[in-house]
This record gives sequence, C-alpha cells and structure tokens, in this order.
Amino acid sequence: MEEIAIEIKNLNKEYKNILAVKNMSCKIYKGQTIGLLGPNGCGKSTTIGMLLGLIKPTSGNVIIDGKNMESNRTQLLQKMNFISPYIELPKKLTIEENLKVYGRMYGVQNLENKIIELMEMLNLNEFKKKKTGELSSGQKNRVSLAKAFINDPEILLLDEPTASLDPDVGDYVRSIIENFSSNKKKTILIASHNMNEVERLCDEVMMMKSGKIIDKGRSIDLITKHGRKNLEDFFLKIVREKK
Amino acid sequence: MKFHRVYALFLRHFYLIKGSFPRLLDLIYWPTIQIILWGFISKFFTMHSDFYNHTAGIILSAAILYDFLFRSSISFNMLFLEEIWSRNFTNLFIAPLKVSEIIAALTITALIRTLIGIVPAILLAFPFFGVSLLNLGPSLILLLLSLYIFGMTLGLFVVSGLLRFGPAFENVAWSSLFLLAPLGCIYYPLSILPDWLQIIAKGLPLVYIFEEVRSILLNNIVNYSNIMSALLLNILYFLLSVFVFYKAFDEARKRGALINVGE
Repeated sequence: MEEIAIEIKNLNKEYKNILAVKNMSCKIYKGQTIGLLGPNGCGKSTTIGMLLGLIKPTSGNVIIDGKNMESNRTQLLQKMNFISPYIELPKKLTIEENLKVYGRMYGVQNLENKIIELMEMLNLNEFKKKKTGELSSGQKNRVSLAKAFINDPEILLLDEPTASLDPDVGDYVRSIIENFSSNKKKTILIASHNMNEVERLCDEVMMMKSGKIIDKGRSIDLITKHGRKNLEDFFLKIVREKK
Repeated sequence: MKFHRVYALFLRHFYLIKGSFPRLLDLIYWPTIQIILWGFISKFFTMHSDFYNHTAGIILSAAILYDFLFRSSISFNMLFLEEIWSRNFTNLFIAPLKVSEIIAALTITALIRTLIGIVPAILLAFPFFGVSLLNLGPSLILLLLSLYIFGMTLGLFVVSGLLRFGPAFENVAWSSLFLLAPLGCIYYPLSILPDWLQIIAKGLPLVYIFEEVRSILLNNIVNYSNIMSALLLNILYFLLSVFVFYKAFDEARKRGALINVGE
C-alpha cells in the first residue's frame, strides 16, 4: 500500500474576508512528483505557504508524514525544503559559507562531505569561494538547489524553479530535479507556469482555480478528458472557463 | 533548543562581518567617535560645572554605558533587518528553527557585535580622558547586564514591529532608543524632569541604572535598591517583549507575511 507523504484536509485560508484557499483536500503519496497548476492568484503560493508552516490555515489541517504541521512544525521542516525565485540566500556570503550555515541549521551529519557532493553534482566547485550575490541567475539557481538538497529532504517544494532561466540552464535544472526524484524516491510538489516542465517532471497534476482544486490526474488523462491537444491548452480552457 | 541551530544563525552573521572590512569598521567607528566627542564634552563640564567637578568623566561613563545599550539594541535590529534586506527571511522560517532559537541566536550575536564596537572605545577612554568604567566597581557587571537586557528588550519590540508592519517599520528600528533617551535620565538626574514626567520615567529601568552610576561616581555609594529595581523592571519588560515577539510571529503566519518579505 502506498504511503501518504502529504495529506491536506479541508484546508481553508481567509485573508480579510477573501477566501484564498477553499476547502482543499488531497493526498500526495511518497515518491510522487506533483505539478500544482493554476492562474496567478489562484492560491498556489498560499497552499505552499501552509504546507511549509509559513502560513497558518484559517481551518483544516496539513498532515506531513502522519503528523500535523501546526503542532510539529520544527520537526517536520527538518525533512522538507523549498526553492523559490522570490527568496535568495545571503548575497555577501560565499556559496560554501551559505551551505555551511544551512547545513548546520538542518543538523546535517558529515557536512563537509555533503557540501563537496553537492558542489560536484551541481558543478559549483569553481565558484565555491565566490559571493552568492556575484553569481549569474543560473548559478544562483544552482546554489538554491544545493541549499534545498542540503538536508536530503524527503519532501521538496518548488515554486517556479526555472523562472527567469535561459532554456539551456532551465533544462539542466529540470534534469537535476528529475534525477533527485527518480533516484531517491522523493516527494516533490512543483508550482509552475511552464507546461512542458510540468509534463516532463510530474506524475500527476493538480489544477487550481479560485482557491480550489478543479481537477487532478495524469497530464495525459486530463488532456484527453477535456478534449485538448496538450497541457497548455487544458490550462487555458480551465482558466478561461466561467463557473 | 538545539545548539547547532543557534550556532548556524550566529555563523551566518559572523561570516557577514568577517567577509567585509567596511562592516567591521562601521561597528568600531561610531562608538569610537561617540566616546571621543563625549570625552571632550565631559572634560569641559568637569572644568566648568559645580555638579560634575568632583568626579572626572561622569558624563563620559554615562555616554559609554548608553552607547553599550544603543549598540546592543541596534545590533539586534540590524541582524533581523539584514535578513529582510538580503531576502533570506523566508529561508530562515522554512528551516527547522524555533522562535526561541532565533531569539537566542540574535541575543548572542548582538552581544558579540556590540563588544566588537564598544571594547576598543572603552579602551581608548582611559589613556585619552583618564576614564575607566572599572571605577564603578563590581556593580558594573549588574549595570551592564541590566543595560544589555534592556537593549534586547527594545530589539525584540522593534523586531516584532518589523514582523507586524514589514520593512516600513525600519525607521522606528533606528529611532527607538532616541525616543526613550530623554526619559532615561542618562546625563542628568531624575529630579530635572517635571513631576509628571518623573512618574513615567520611573517606569524605565534606565533611570535606576543611571541614577546608580551617578550615586557611585559622585558619592561613592552603591545603592542596591536601584540595581534591583532596574533588574526587576528589565526582567518584566523582557518577558513582555518575548511574549509580543511570539504573538507577532503568530500574527505574521496568519497574515501570510513570512513569505516574500523583502526590501
């Protein structure tokens, strides 16, 4: 029987009388890579925020590995990590220093070896003494990945992981994520507007609109079910559809 | 509370200072300028004031102690602001850090930052102006402890404001101590204030700390009731500030303010 990594139960989030997430429920199983799709403002970031314990739900529960996020936040964050282009690592610290700081924060054993392993995996060795703020966007993205992998997370949340990257670097980053998920049986949730990326990386897709999950399933099944050519076409249909 | 997480947060700020000579210089520069300025003012008053002519350097001693308080409070605020400016804020809150560990790390790091700045200035005060804080005797330890706790308390209130109101609260971070300075009776006795302001001032630990400094340096009398009043008020305010910080953190989570906090 498949083990549940993330369970969302009747989750609601209300900001000043506006419901950003409405009665959301779903299960994500261990080893699955799930794409979270939806137009801007549909509640994706709020959902990710609640999964990470950054946002307190108005009602409902986020259960990670069988434990409630609200009452076990520190313990659960130990096995999770997150990347977003909207957050950065301290710019004045070198790559190596940043990884040392976060490695210690997550209590990583054999940290020196872990850093060497990540530097090699992400081709960062030649920049390790360089300050993070002096790197190109592609290099910064790889450092963010290194930071996200530092605790070998069981659950990885990615918000637009390849936004603002050129196609070559974007492709490289997707390969790294692909390897991470397939080799280590990790659970990954990706919020993205890049449909090719979602089709390539994700086992299943959850489509959100106005704070709700409208549909969920394998990309190919959703495309067929809605009589569309591809995932982008499916996305446009859902987004433009009136209630 | 886990030591490795507290140490990690300390390390983040240690690397920042270590990697930047201008930052290190900035820590030392302002306290030194302050001490030199107040050193000359103190010298002038010693020569021309009836009140101060018995004890050289009473104003300078008060200035050094006030600067210690100021640096500890500002250091605490700066550590938090650095996370906002560098857009690293969210990374910290998705790490398995407890609020108590954040407070502990900021408190320890702020002390080290303060000492880097204030120790060279204190050392300069003796050869240049003949003033040593050691003249305050063993009470100095309790006075410094009191000032430090008050600095952390103010820091926690300001940081709670940053969590509540966002980076726009930054200006309050810089001016918080200036607002309290007139009531703190740092350079003049409490009796100078109008009666109604004295009542308010007595609610501040600063009044007891600096009254005690004057009592020791002018009359050579250690008044432990002043020291105890300061410590008790400090503990009370510190506990209140910790409560406010937890509350601000919880409110920030409710408002979704821990995501994407930046300049």
